[in-house]
Amino acid sequence: METGSKAKVAAKATAPQFILDRSSAVPALIGRQEDFLHIAGLAGTAYDIAALTGNAGNSYALAGAMGAACMMGLGLALARPEKRVLVTTGDGELLMSLGSLAAIAVMNPPNLSILCVDNGHYGETGYQVSHTSLGVDLEAIAQGSGIKLTRTVSAEADIAEGARILRQGNATAFVLLRVKPTDPPKAKLNLDGAVCREAFRAALLHQA
Amino acid sequence: MNPKTEIAHPARWQDDLYDELRRSDITQFAYVPDAGHSVLIARSLADRDVHSIRLTTEEEGVALLAGADLGGRRGVLLMQSSGVGNCINMLSLTKGSRFPFLTLVSMRGEFGEGNPWQFAMGQAVEPVLAAMGVICLRAERPEDVIPTTKAAITMVFQSGQAVAVLLTQKLIGAKKF
Repeated sequence: METGSKAKVAAKATAPQFILDRSSAVPALIGRQEDFLHIAGLAGTAYDIAALTGNAGNSYALAGAMGAACMMGLGLALARPEKRVLVTTGDGELLMSLGSLAAIAVMNPPNLSILCVDNGHYGETGYQVSHTSLGVDLEAIAQGSGIKLTRTVSAEADIAEGARILRQGNATAFVLLRVKPTDPPKAKLNLDGAVCREAFRAALLHQA
Repeated sequence: MNPKTEIAHPARWQDDLYDELRRSDITQFAYVPDAGHSVLIARSLADRDVHSIRLTTEEEGVALLAGADLGGRRGVLLMQSSGVGNCINMLSLTKGSRFPFLTLVSMRGEFGEGNPWQFAMGQAVEPVLAAMGVICLRAERPEDVIPTTKAAITMVFQSGQAVAVLLTQKLIGAKKF
């Protein structure tokens, strides 16, 4: 994949554990995407999920309102306990909403999983180094917030266990996926949030 | 937690307000702890049929209620006027995607306020909410609370609007300093 010169410069500063490729690791962790209702964070993870779901009615992706993804997932998971909800968000967005991990841990809905795609960079704004390249460990923060079911996936060998955790279903799960700072897969996003809201509700609420 | 310790002298309208919200099928109550909402918070904690969600900051509630709506459920955000400022960028989610949004705001920094720190945000509540597309309805007297809330519920869940009911300092009473 063409990553662009900015990404290449940034990649030099990458810690050794940022080795997986998001374009293969995210689909491998999620598996059958139809098994989830998806909330995707803005920028990279919106493309990850759009590429995986084809903007189907079981996904809603942010293109702004940075920091919303995890709490949207909580509201949706509490609203629909019979469905599995997967929030896929980046390190940059999660860093902006760390308190939401505490709010979620206290509620601990068993049908909610959070997948943080951590590339150690703010990719959307030009691959500036993020805090997670500089020592901040988001899995440790999730644990410290009270989320009991957490894993870090940083090698191929970790993926099967990460995938299992995302579907375990007896507590809120948090999986930190460490990846190279490369661009997300190309996918077309629908930036009309109101249309996306209607499509999501129509798919979910009219089928029940 | 013993809810009774949180309710010193509950005004009747606060219990009526909880009952009205429940009659309107609101099942997610999200809040940062606040004296002005203590009865609603305590009753939501004691109610097995609702989710009572402790936020660390108010904008989390804006996102939470959007998620609830995607799942076909209704919620309310309970906050103090100072929390309104924390919500502003997150309201771009509400406005941009036309999510229904109901919040009850206990006001500070207005009628009889004795803490000068409260005025900046208290006085900014209505202009900044208006700027983000949230309609403000003020309740000044106990007899205003239920009709105002009923009006807000219709505007939000029938007409898809974003509405803040401002429980004013004249209604709640100024905190003593």
